[in-house]
Amino acid sequence: MGKISGSQAIVKCLQEEGVKTIFGYPGGAVLDLFDALMDSEITNVLVRHEQGAVHAADGFARVSGEVGVALLTSGPGATNGVTGIATAYMDSIPLVILTGQVPRALIGNDAFQEVDIVGITRPCTKHNYLVNNVDDLVPTLREAFHIARTGRPGPVLVDLPKDLVATKLLYPEKTPIHISSYQPNFNPHPVQVEKACHRILQAKRPVLYVGGGVISANASEELTTLAERLSIPVTMTLMGLGSYPGSHRLSMGMLGMHGTYTANMAVAECDLLIAVGARFDDRVTGKLSDFATKADIIHIDIDPTSISKNVKVDIPIVADCRNALTALNQWFVKEKSFNPTEQAEKLAPWFAVIAGWTAKHPLGYRDDNQVIKPQYVIETLHRLTEGKAIITTEVGQNQMWAAQFHKFDYPRHFVTSGGLGTMGFGLPAAIGAQMAFPERTVIDIAGDGSIQMNIQELATARQFKCPVKIAILNNGYLGMVRQWQELFYNKRYASTVMNVVPDFVELAKAYGAVGLRATTRAEVEPVIREALDTANVVIMDFRIEQEEGVYPMVPAGKATTEMLLV
Amino acid sequence: MKHTFSVLLQNKPGVLSRVTGLFSGRGFNIESLCVAETLDPKVSCLTVVSRGDEAIIEQINKQLNKLIDVIKVSEINSKEYVEREMVLIRVKAEASTRAEVLRVVDIFRGKVVDVSAKSYAIELTGSDSKIQAVIDILRPIGIKEIVRTGTIAMARANKNK
Repeated sequence: MGKISGSQAIVKCLQEEGVKTIFGYPGGAVLDLFDALMDSEITNVLVRHEQGAVHAADGFARVSGEVGVALLTSGPGATNGVTGIATAYMDSIPLVILTGQVPRALIGNDAFQEVDIVGITRPCTKHNYLVNNVDDLVPTLREAFHIARTGRPGPVLVDLPKDLVATKLLYPEKTPIHISSYQPNFNPHPVQVEKACHRILQAKRPVLYVGGGVISANASEELTTLAERLSIPVTMTLMGLGSYPGSHRLSMGMLGMHGTYTANMAVAECDLLIAVGARFDDRVTGKLSDFATKADIIHIDIDPTSISKNVKVDIPIVADCRNALTALNQWFVKEKSFNPTEQAEKLAPWFAVIAGWTAKHPLGYRDDNQVIKPQYVIETLHRLTEGKAIITTEVGQNQMWAAQFHKFDYPRHFVTSGGLGTMGFGLPAAIGAQMAFPERTVIDIAGDGSIQMNIQELATARQFKCPVKIAILNNGYLGMVRQWQELFYNKRYASTVMNVVPDFVELAKAYGAVGLRATTRAEVEPVIREALDTANVVIMDFRIEQEEGVYPMVPAGKATTEMLLV
Repeated sequence: MKHTFSVLLQNKPGVLSRVTGLFSGRGFNIESLCVAETLDPKVSCLTVVSRGDEAIIEQINKQLNKLIDVIKVSEINSKEYVEREMVLIRVKAEASTRAEVLRVVDIFRGKVVDVSAKSYAIELTGSDSKIQAVIDILRPIGIKEIVRTGTIAMARANKNK
């Protein structure tokens, strides 16, 4: 085979990795690459801002389980992508971000559109590279995909100098990737599995606390099997929603700052907490010294740094969640003394306590005949889509109401910026999700503040025929911050009132999309029905109760049992 | 508690900054840090001394291991080990103190490496506590300048093998 250009080699390598869709924005340093892409089957989704490109690649990755790819130019193109990269890093989402760089001879000269993006993104990527030698180009890209998708997934950035991409090279044969210093531990240690299983058998009040790791390991089935054979109640983190069916009897819903009363009480009272693919984030634990004080803790995670980072763990299992759960399931199948029916009977008193909590303080809200309650909008969306839509969110109240009132029954159906809490995430992520699954309904649940952070992506959605539906819970405030000001700052609403908000119905029209508005409760259902029946992008502007809050709420720094209730 | 980590790294551009970035980004403390190539030019060895309770030391170890370019992390303090540091000290050496300085250098098995009318430059190696002892003794005489390398460390060979 003859020599091909670096840019042709990159395209070829992307195809080898199974990439069909990328999200990008061109510029001087990546002209060659975009030119080479024109001759390939790969679709570039031309976003309107580079942050949108990375979020869209992220949304694509979260729903499909594949590596998302973004292609940005040097300098401002790359720096605009940083928020997206940090978002994916915090939520462990596999991405490969390709950035253009100025020619090698100019690096370090403060050249036009030069920035040290490898230096800037070092703390918010799983790994990153500046390719310096043309022979390293293809091997580096292959390594980048390997690192992004294996172990604890994460974003990997590859910086590509313009002259290098234009250089000719011999395309190297694909060989198995071996990085001696990167060997994630996929299989659980049998001794630890044995210990964990014995401890589980002894537990009288066990709780499964599961997070995004279950979803990224595609371990929902194994989790469901374990929970149901052993009759263990399950609570999910924000990132874990959908890993276990939210409408199932063992589900206690989300835990933590805006978790259910039941879930938080159960964690406080349990004698065994089995954490799977979760990382004891401060939004989950609240005041650390009061978290799960009566419990032994089993922690399954692929990343050893997650174990005993915030909370001391009694039985750690470092492994891929699916492999670990499979090993636990197999142990209980083999164990002769174990009987699912007896186990269920043994735990019946624990379930009675749990049912008591749910009866005392169920998740709820004060509905109104006239004024639209945001929770009612979410419940109606859930009902009319039969819970089958892919839901993305922005960040704030809209996100928490979605997490609380939409019962997620399937993994990879809830796409939200959990760790970084990035406003402006939902719309581009919805576009990415829609590109992965053109036939499915994709809904971005948004606030009137967040949606304005990446509203320009409406044009992308229109251009690439992504008929995403945007439900704006419009209260005229930056609602979550306002809620904190109401509760903790004496109702002094500093900079949370948006006096000027665009007319979202007219705005939709300006982009060639459809705009609908509901101002009373009775209008909610017809608006949603019409939106779901429309083949175009739709903005639904729900004028909701302005000062509605998200409850339960654990004030920051308080124990999770100290909840403010509805 | 003071802890010494010996870390084998890929000898590539930017790797040191990944390590130091990890310490600064996570609020870990670096007391000293030394890095140079090993026998294999593709690998460097970094010795870093840090302080922290057990949980912090465990996190440092794990976080270092998590870096893709880190090949191996050894916690030197958990075994028998030797540690050395080199120091260059420029100390006042006027007529009245020249003999005293030389005596101290001799006692601590140091070397005079530079001489001027008013000062000696002394080279000395040893453990952290020995270096500290020399500094404490020379301070009253008048230390004008001091440069330390930071600690390097090596585990002792297993005597049973």
